[in-house]
Amino acid sequence: MILAGGQSVIPALNMRLNEPAVLVDINKVPGLGVIEEKGGVLRIGALCRHEQVRKSVDVSAHAPLLTKALAHVAHPAIRNRGTFGGSLCNADAAAELPACVLALGATLNVESAEGSRAIAAEDFFFGFFETALEEGEVLASIDLPVLGATGRHFFDEAARRRGDYALAGLAAAARVEGGRMIAPRFAFISCGDRPLLAGALGELVATRYPDAPAEDEIAEALARDLEPPEDAVTSSAARMRIATVLAARAIREFQQNGGRA
Amino acid sequence: MTEAARFSPLDRPNSYVGRSVSRPNAAGLVRGRGRFVDDLTLPRMLHVAFVRSPHAHARITAIDTAEAAKMPGVVRVATIDDIRDYCSPWVGVLDHLKGIKSAPQPPLADGKVFSQGQPVVAIVAASRAQAEDAAELVDVSYEPLEPVTDPVAALEPDATVIHPELGDNLCFQRGIDAGEVDRAFAEAAHVVETTMRFNRHTGVTLEPRSILCDFDPSERALTLYMSVQCPHMSKNLFAKHLGLDENRVRVVCGDVGGSFGIKIHTYPDEMTAAALSVMLERPVKFVADRLESFVTDIHARDHDVSARMALDAEGRVSAIEMDDLTGIGSYSVYPRTSGIEANQVLNLTGGPYAHKNYRARARVVFQNKNDMCQYRGVGHPIAVAVGEHLMDKAARMTGLDAAEIRRRNFIPEDAYPYTAPSGAIYERQSHHACLEKLLEACDYKGLRRDQSAQRESGVYRGIGLASLVEITNPSPAFYGVGGARIASQDGCTLRLDPTGGVTLATGVTEQGQGTETIVAQVAATVIGIDVNDIRVITGDTDAVPYGGGTWASRGAGIGGEAAFQAGKALRWNILGVAATILQERAEALDIRDGCIVNAKDGMERMPLSELGRIVYFRGDTLPKDLAPELVVTRHYTQNQYPFCFTNAAHACHLEVDPATGLIRLLNYWVVEDCGTVINPKLVAEQTRGGVVQGLGAALFEECLYSGEGQLMNGSLAEYLLPMAGEMPDIFVDHVTTPTATSELGAKGVGEAGTAGAPAAVMNALNDALQPFGVEMTDMPFTPEKVLRALGRIGGGGED
Ligand SMILES: Cc1cc2nc3c(=O)[nH]c(=O)nc-3n(C[C@H](O)[C@H](O)[C@H](O)COP(=O)(O)OP(=O)(O)OC[C@H]3O[C@@H](n4cnc5c(N)ncnc54)[C@H](O)[C@@H]3O)c2cc1C
Repeated sequence: MILAGGQSVIPALNMRLNEPAVLVDINKVPGLGVIEEKGGVLRIGALCRHEQVRKSVDVSAHAPLLTKALAHVAHPAIRNRGTFGGSLCNADAAAELPACVLALGATLNVESAEGSRAIAAEDFFFGFFETALEEGEVLASIDLPVLGATGRHFFDEAARRRGDYALAGLAAAARVEGGRMIAPRFAFISCGDRPLLAGALGELVATRYPDAPAEDEIAEALARDLEPPEDAVTSSAARMRIATVLAARAIREFQQNGGRA
Repeated sequence: MTEAARFSPLDRPNSYVGRSVSRPNAAGLVRGRGRFVDDLTLPRMLHVAFVRSPHAHARITAIDTAEAAKMPGVVRVATIDDIRDYCSPWVGVLDHLKGIKSAPQPPLADGKVFSQGQPVVAIVAASRAQAEDAAELVDVSYEPLEPVTDPVAALEPDATVIHPELGDNLCFQRGIDAGEVDRAFAEAAHVVETTMRFNRHTGVTLEPRSILCDFDPSERALTLYMSVQCPHMSKNLFAKHLGLDENRVRVVCGDVGGSFGIKIHTYPDEMTAAALSVMLERPVKFVADRLESFVTDIHARDHDVSARMALDAEGRVSAIEMDDLTGIGSYSVYPRTSGIEANQVLNLTGGPYAHKNYRARARVVFQNKNDMCQYRGVGHPIAVAVGEHLMDKAARMTGLDAAEIRRRNFIPEDAYPYTAPSGAIYERQSHHACLEKLLEACDYKGLRRDQSAQRESGVYRGIGLASLVEITNPSPAFYGVGGARIASQDGCTLRLDPTGGVTLATGVTEQGQGTETIVAQVAATVIGIDVNDIRVITGDTDAVPYGGGTWASRGAGIGGEAAFQAGKALRWNILGVAATILQERAEALDIRDGCIVNAKDGMERMPLSELGRIVYFRGDTLPKDLAPELVVTRHYTQNQYPFCFTNAAHACHLEVDPATGLIRLLNYWVVEDCGTVINPKLVAEQTRGGVVQGLGAALFEECLYSGEGQLMNGSLAEYLLPMAGEMPDIFVDHVTTPTATSELGAKGVGEAGTAGAPAAVMNALNDALQPFGVEMTDMPFTPEKVLRALGRIGGGGED
């Protein structure tokens, strides 16, 4: 098992939920901690710490969605250690970053002894803590398209405490070009067994632009897109309700110029 | 002029009473130099881990420990049959709680388990990790029995009886019927009614329960290094149940990383660890981890209350009636019992108000859950929330403002000492003064203006008030009269050392709340020396006077008064010796800043170090019959009232987002009256810490059990503690009404914050929800419940 920031692995070991025979520490592997922008693509190394990404000027210029989202990821001590790649590989449906890369249409660059391959974010998250990574594969970096002049980013979530996993959250991205909204992607947190891209909502919003759909239409679309889990405190219905409210907020922001996060 | 008045004004060089002296032990703690139990390693030390019951209620049919015993490092695998002869069971009852009953509680499960987490098998190994590895190989066979989890169902005639020998599941019940309640309701102009639910939660200490037991067979002596609130109580209990001579049991308590009432009870795993040390004749350490803490540290609250209040046409309360049902787990906790909390709910509901007619019933019920017992605020948060919610409902019904209806109902200023219909006696309270100061501090009128303005733009803010009484400085009436060997008195020993410094040993204990600072401040003030010249010893039963330790907000009031009296005695002894040496009348001398001076003009006569040098090393120069005594001990028991009640007024300001159900705390204010304020900073921090725990109860914390008695959120990922990010600024101010029961005049302040905050939050929330015409009384107030109450999800109305 790979050890990156250890902020998910170590608690699991502490609780005896996991007893791997071997832990492979990748923290000293060179080249995995770099952030750079080249030709319209922002590359983030898998070992970049949450705090490093949050404070990166390149990231706030080209992927402000991440800057915003990372403020909601845990607390400073955890952000100083936890890694971008670790969060994606951990594939927690309640985590912020998996939804962000989904909304941004990122590509995940994976290496193994056999060679490299690139996996689209849509194809990476399989299910409950499950990813497309095969045995022996390591996530090396993540490529994101830069925001650009026509881009729109939105991030918000509802959590009972700052830094908690959200009751429901939304990472969304779109482009507004020539009076049309292109490829709006709404990725929801804590609304399924993995981060979920809300296809029906995306279509509804794109079709209606520049008008905004009414709240019950949003709710209707989301009923098709999402399957929020239920726990002892929060019902599926409450998560759905919050997801709907967040979607309405995102759509409102996208319509205003302020939508450029 | 009383002694206190003479020593308190901040005009002497060593007048520390009333000053925010910094805590001398803080530097060590921030540098990682604390002395916690887990920091200790003894030669030949072993560790114990426990196999705990996964079932809430089951019969044990077989235990196979063969594989575990073969694991590396394992020294001993023990079941009840192995330790039965080393530790006797205990029963958590008190004589003055009439009719309370409980079953004998064994250190390890004896045939049956009654709650998830109950220890069944103990594994002693060279390391904790090895003990845990071996624990996974123990095979316990269970025959599950029906779990009884719902207190209402537990009382049904056909309910499974958890301890059949007790006959039923009712641990304790008590009723009060004072005045003419029926008549008051019949004649009332207004009646308000409510049902309320108080969530089960727990005190999450940064340092978990920890004990290191070191048995010396040569003297049959046991030393217990413990993270504990009451070392002398523990000494007695371990001696009693391990069959040891109490004089040979020593409890040593170093730094404690929070206790809040968690570390004041008898826990089977700790008893087992001690029994194993005796059995193996080796040191045995047990440190609970966070996961086992959640299932075994005592839980708190878990009350269902229905209540109503009768008022006359002017909004004056004429009667209160309430019924409290509380589930306490499978045993009444030893030795304080699990009946005290409900008892206090009855004693305190409606406390600040001058109503004459009161009827209340409490039923305390066994269930197959973790045990419930005294946690910070014991009963107060329930009593305060019930009374204050009814008060707000009454305000809405009568059209009076929330502040005004309280003013009308407070016990009149000239009525003290006042006996409440519950029997509680208040020496003197300052409800009016606290409320007026509070309203000014929070700019109550401004808040109300802001509230209406914000509502126009769809922002929903609420203001909640709560007035309360708090039990502090208990007399022996709390536990002693019930037969428990829990001291309500406490002592302080002071020794003038040759250097002129003073060593202070006290029976009250330091849990992180600053007790050591408080007693040093008091003693330094009274003696007349620099507070930094006092070295404080607490927590070691071989070294400190016999005392009760930390409970019921008594450290400053009881321990402080003992320090005050000891300081006076030492001062007189010093002045007597000085008078002889200086050929002066003692009355003409004073001690200032570590120096004997002329009382009149302050002229220096002799430093205390010189007096120390003469007394300790040159006794030959002193008159033969002088017999200087530079060590004194004084004890103090508050005996005038059952308790010294304090009072406080709280205000909470919050905002509800009706779209998401999220509640944001905006501000919080407390004006409290703990009598003489010894250290304003410590009083403020005790208040703030208490408020935060109360906010946790109202908004975040809940031990969620399934119907089968399984704790569903037993980790810090799912059990939400209040964290700094959500906490508002908490303003604290004081009204000072010293108690005349002591010279120092200090009452307690440890629990008032926790007592008031749930009520203030609930009232603020319901104030914010007024435009929607809904009310919430089911804590904690989660987004889920808010959305349901608002009808945004589900069928609408409260579930
Ligand atoms: C108290 C607390 C609160 C938290 N709150 C949040 C929160 O609000 N939101 C949130 O999103 N996260 C939260 N986290 C999780 C945190 O963000 C973790 O850092 C992150 O999920 C995992 O990153 P890591 O680098 O620590 O990975 P590790 O813990 O080291 O690894 C996680 C998993 O990913 C695998 N892995 C790691 N790196 C790679 C790689 N390069 N290639 C292949 N596999 C890899 C590991 O084998 C393991 O299975 C919290 C954690 C804690 C302890």
